[in-house]
Amino acid sequence: MKEKWNWFTGGLVLGLVFLAAIWLVKPIGASTQFVILDGIVWNLLDSQLISEDGAAKSGFSSTNAYLNKSGGKYAKHVQNPLNYGFVFVLSMILGGFISNAIARKKVSAQAKISPAVWVDKLGKSASKRYLYAFAGGFLVLFGARLAGGCTSGHMMSGMMQSSLSGFLFAAGVFATAIPVAILFFKPKN
Amino acid sequence: MNIILAIILGTAFGFVLDKSGASDPQKIINMLRLKDLHLMKVILFAIGLSSLLLFFLLLFELIDLGHIGVKTAYWGVIVGGLIFGIGFAIGGYCPGTCVVGAGSGRKDALFFILGGLLGALAFTFIYGSIKSSALFDKIAGGKVTIALTNPEKYPALIDGVPAIIVAGAIAVAFMAIAYYLPNKSEEV
Repeated sequence: MKEKWNWFTGGLVLGLVFLAAIWLVKPIGASTQFVILDGIVWNLLDSQLISEDGAAKSGFSSTNAYLNKSGGKYAKHVQNPLNYGFVFVLSMILGGFISNAIARKKVSAQAKISPAVWVDKLGKSASKRYLYAFAGGFLVLFGARLAGGCTSGHMMSGMMQSSLSGFLFAAGVFATAIPVAILFFKPKN
Repeated sequence: MNIILAIILGTAFGFVLDKSGASDPQKIINMLRLKDLHLMKVILFAIGLSSLLLFFLLLFELIDLGHIGVKTAYWGVIVGGLIFGIGFAIGGYCPGTCVVGAGSGRKDALFFILGGLLGALAFTFIYGSIKSSALFDKIAGGKVTIALTNPEKYPALIDGVPAIIVAGAIAVAFMAIAYYLPNKSEEV
């Protein structure tokens, strides 16, 4: 197998995976599972968080308004982590692991810390990279939850179904991502 | 059964994202800097192809309509996207690719995930106080599509024309853009 696929092979197989998922189960999404993992940890610390509730559509309700939304859908998934969406995202770790494990050219020690473009424009400091990666993750997941989906759920799954929401999300993302990337990674001199 | 499918499809999705370079922040950042459009070509081609095939499945009634899941359009989708874009540019990961990146051994992906867990938690805390705000006002009725998918549940913006024509035209346009975009500029 080729080390990295060209755009045609990558797009072809990625498209088929999105199609297989919606054909067999439902559209792919990733960002919801960050809420579910937060909820699982929170639930361990606070036994009041989730309770069984026959009146709720999912059978569960939560003291938190977000987990309680849509008939307690998230509350149910926090209570039962062995559900489709959560296992799907956990399995993605395995997919990344296998891909790297069978590749002849592994991710280099430097690339594990920061990509070459980062080192080139912003220096070698690992702690600086980790700090910005952390901040980036915060903004990305906060934004994704406000939007109700991310690159997978809104952009890919949404636009393939021609959902208006998918196009709006993509427009929002690139409106800031492109100028911020250009300015943030400006050459030093 | 669903759990087995979750493992198979999730592993396949992670594998493909890694193989196509999407889990490499170098590729994401250089796409956003418009220096290397490889990933843009991948994404546009994948959306176009999967959309075209999906609307054929719908046309020939070969897919359970219950599997179609259209998300609501509201102002927070755009605002959330704008916030997402800032983090996407400086982090170089999105919620799916950071998980895959962690699987392929990237340490910065782990910090991105930790930040993401905190960001998602922050939203979980404030949702109750913003859920009645204009951010959640629907746009064009909310759960709408451009081409008709499921007439029972989701109205379409372009209704008079067969869905396969509307979605097909968009899909072909996406694939054509994917084909014609340059792969890489000389100077990175």
